[in-house]
Amino acid sequence: MTSITIDHFLFLGAILFTIGVLGIFLNKKNVIIILMSVELILLAVNINFIAFSSFLGDISGQVFAMFTLTVAAAEAAIGLAILVVFFRNLGSIEVEKIGKLKG
Amino acid sequence: MIVYTFSFYLFSTIAVLSALMVISSKNSVHSVLFLILSFVNAAGLFVLLGAEFLAMILLVVYVGAVAVLFLFVVMMLDINYIKLREGFLQYLPFGVLLGIVLIVELGIAFFTETFSEMSLVEYAQMPEITITENTKLLGFVLYTKYFYLFQISGIILLVAMIGSITLTLRQREISKKQIISDQNYADASKAIIKKKIKLREGI
Repeated sequence: MTSITIDHFLFLGAILFTIGVLGIFLNKKNVIIILMSVELILLAVNINFIAFSSFLGDISGQVFAMFTLTVAAAEAAIGLAILVVFFRNLGSIEVEKIGKLKG
Repeated sequence: MIVYTFSFYLFSTIAVLSALMVISSKNSVHSVLFLILSFVNAAGLFVLLGAEFLAMILLVVYVGAVAVLFLFVVMMLDINYIKLREGFLQYLPFGVLLGIVLIVELGIAFFTETFSEMSLVEYAQMPEITITENTKLLGFVLYTKYFYLFQISGIILLVAMIGSITLTLRQREISKKQIISDQNYADASKAIIKKKIKLREGI
């Protein structure tokens, strides 16, 4: 068994990122799944940040991962609030109908 | 070392498989639960990388707050999920193709350079991570070097909070509420009327 290097963590981050992008492409109608895919992408970014932080011996990566977590939490809150208002007005959460927001 | 390798493969396999279940599950509630599983395993990976504080933050913030928020919204909205999955198979070949291209590109980007010999990178000189505990080290830089960023992230959270409250707040006609100014201006002489009532006649 080979020892774990930074490449393993970076490849894991790449896989999670790809799954997140794939989720956005496949679930074109369900906005909730799209928001969850965005969360997965941010998680992949965090794994990359922390892997580099750990292997370079630099704490800055962990600080930035923390800020990413903050922004991700804010994004989830705002996104879900918009989703609730959208559902209240249209009775559906299909992405195609979001064009009505243009007014 | 064997335990470390085993734990890495265990956590990462479960994280990847549950991430796949997130995007392919039929029921959105199951998707949220798999998202939680994925986050828990990512927290395990963070512990393996020596970032204990962020692992705990991930558990508290994501599993405790964000995922439960998702769960609330999924259960609150009355949605026909079968209708929402139309077009899933239609986009599957194109999506898988795009995924393969993306992961090959990322793999090329990562594996043409060896990151183990990154002596060229000039990073900020920080105390050695292994010397002191992770939380203490994070606190040292968070409140000194990254103080303004820390404040700005607090403002971001405040704006997000106010924004989501104003978005979802609505006035309903049927709900009854107090009007404080009317109560303060209430006058006993107007509120109570004295009447003399004759016997057996009523008002």
